[in-house]
Amino acid sequence: MSEQADIIFTDEQQQLLEIAEIFSGNKSPMDAVRRQLEAESSIAPELWREIADLGWLGIAIPEEYGGSGLGLGEVATIVEPMGRNLFSSPLISTTLAAQAILRGGGEQQKSQWLPRLAAGTVAALALTEAHGDWDLTNLTCSATRDGDRLHLSGGKTFVTDAEMADLFLISVELAGEPHVVLVEPSDFGADAMHREIVIDESRRSHALSLDGVSIHLDNLLPSANLHRLHLAACLLYAAEMCGGTAGVINVTVDYLTTRRQFDHFIGAYQALKHPMVDALVGLEQARSHLYHAATVFDMNEGRGEVAVRMAKAQAADAFAFASDRAIQFHGAFGFTYECDAQLYRRRALWCEQQHGDGAHHRKHLAELLLD
Amino acid sequence: MRITDQELNEFRAEVSAWLRDNAPGDPGFLLPQSFMEVGTDQQFDFLRDWQRKVYEAGYLGLAWPAEYGGGGEDQALQDIATAEMVRQNVPFMTNTIGLNWAGPLILHMGSEAQKQAYIKRILSAEDIWCQGFSEPDHGSDLGNAQLRAIREGDEFVLNGSKIWTSLGAYADFIILLARTDTQTNTKYEGLSYFLAPMKIAGVDPSPIKKLTGEHGFTQTFFNDARISESCLIGEEGGGWQVAMKTLTFERAVSGGQAGGVASMTVSAREVVELARHALRDGRPAIQDPLVRDQLVSFLMEERGMALNNSRAKIPALISERPASIALSRKLTGTEWRRRLNQFAVTLQGANASRYVGDDSAVDGGRWQRGYFQAFSGTIGGGTTQIQKNIVGERVLGLPKQD
Repeated sequence: MSEQADIIFTDEQQQLLEIAEIFSGNKSPMDAVRRQLEAESSIAPELWREIADLGWLGIAIPEEYGGSGLGLGEVATIVEPMGRNLFSSPLISTTLAAQAILRGGGEQQKSQWLPRLAAGTVAALALTEAHGDWDLTNLTCSATRDGDRLHLSGGKTFVTDAEMADLFLISVELAGEPHVVLVEPSDFGADAMHREIVIDESRRSHALSLDGVSIHLDNLLPSANLHRLHLAACLLYAAEMCGGTAGVINVTVDYLTTRRQFDHFIGAYQALKHPMVDALVGLEQARSHLYHAATVFDMNEGRGEVAVRMAKAQAADAFAFASDRAIQFHGAFGFTYECDAQLYRRRALWCEQQHGDGAHHRKHLAELLLD
Repeated sequence: MRITDQELNEFRAEVSAWLRDNAPGDPGFLLPQSFMEVGTDQQFDFLRDWQRKVYEAGYLGLAWPAEYGGGGEDQALQDIATAEMVRQNVPFMTNTIGLNWAGPLILHMGSEAQKQAYIKRILSAEDIWCQGFSEPDHGSDLGNAQLRAIREGDEFVLNGSKIWTSLGAYADFIILLARTDTQTNTKYEGLSYFLAPMKIAGVDPSPIKKLTGEHGFTQTFFNDARISESCLIGEEGGGWQVAMKTLTFERAVSGGQAGGVASMTVSAREVVELARHALRDGRPAIQDPLVRDQLVSFLMEERGMALNNSRAKIPALISERPASIALSRKLTGTEWRRRLNQFAVTLQGANASRYVGDDSAVDGGRWQRGYFQAFSGTIGGGTTQIQKNIVGERVLGLPKQD
């Protein structure tokens, strides 16, 4: 146990965390979050440009491809404060796309795309299908080879920020094996994309039809490590959920220390105080799992899987509890759209249900730890 | 002189080998998990013999001064010996209050005569020590201690009672907080601190039977018990400061403890093993999806607590609420332990109904007893509910209930 119980937090991470806390707090106050819900995209283009200029899109991209040569642990460090402020952007999908190309792409693909992604080109991930199975290798979308062309068919769902994307990473079955292909917007037909109505209104999610799409064979990644991509997604979602949990605890504590009923601040009542402590304890465990996972993810993949699944499971349950109680503890106000608690609850549900909920990860952890 | 890594490694190997050869095997009866649970003569004799054996081998009090019976060696050596005891999961050192609280206190501020009289016999377990702080009507309010000590010449006469005295039925000495003056400005000024004998006329430890069915501690009555003024440690009237110093040893805020394990830990891995052997519908319980989910949850929490301790050492990762992990540690750990033991009981199928003493009880009934005993953690030292008030108010900043 002791040799597993370690967290390394570097000076770079500390600087990134401090900058990201200030940046997210300034750029994503609650009124800006609410304004953005109505906007065309999840993030204003000029704000996305600022993120690119900070170098955050290239954190986990090697220097030779225009990045900083750090790892996903450093990306998790900036995602956490963004989650706290309900920031929404294609940062996670663009980072994950770059990872998939870096790990599984050919040299030509890497040198073509990684510098662009580091500089701010948006990439969207199309991994999920209508059946909703979290197993990313359960694919109905397919590619058929025809000379040096690949003909795609089928449909993808929950493709976030598709309207901003200049690159799509799409998982397909090809000759009985899962693969990932790179597709550009011009490859799609005019009606290939339609907006989905999703529970987290800060997201821009789309369904994507692949029927009739034909791409050159050069756009096939030589290796599609969907397992690693899944775990990387879990790590970053865990970071976003830890941030969200911290944010919603603060929103609730603010209310409990200012709202009076029956001559008392309602936070004095143990019926509210004690569950808030439960939420806090859940958050502390989630953050510890997160930064352990961030430490070992790039070091050792076997150990990394256990750590990442624990981080995702714990953060999902902590965020679900804290945001659920946040609605309840705001009383009648909590039932209104105006109360911010619902924004966090919706965010928590999205993050929990993308890439596996707590029970799903515990099931896989059981195979890793008990068998 | 600084000890080299090579010397440390050699010492570790020596302790490790000695423990392998000398650690007692299964005694044939269920051992307690900590000094607070020692309830039978059989358990007590076994544990006292084991402590003496460890001391005589030179692995206890290694860093205490040689002139009083200690090893006079570097603390690093004791730390290695203790770590090996933990690693090999050998029985704990039963004279915990002597080794960890009274002993360091005496070395820190006792008289030369007190050091000569007590230190060696604490290490060898010839003298067992207990603690007399809590009183029946003032559980956690130490400053309000009412047990009277009235000076008569060069003696003090004691009247009153102390409660929750662990090892009270076996102890030879007690660290005792008593009121020597009732006419002071504050309640704290009238207190004095004694190293008092237990086996004298007028001191009657009355066993309290716990929910486990065992005798683990006593209510200790003092009826005109007379002790010498030489039992005072610190100034007469200065007992509060001595008690606060004692708590720093008890909470390991101050170093100087004799070493050795003080209690047995329980690990979720032990419950995983239990689940391999328990049956559900003809198959090992560990194949049951609900059991698996619970086991993984316990493993996750166990690791989460260990990781919390790692993160608590990184200021940048606890900056928003620096005291959060430290103040919630007791609450989190004790509740986890209670639930883990409870779950282990339910894994046993119909055999969950057996208890300690039954020949067929699973693991001698340790999980049943462990579940009951776990309430000592969730109740003692401030209940879980009080802990939640503390965390809610001091960490989250929620208002107090008036």
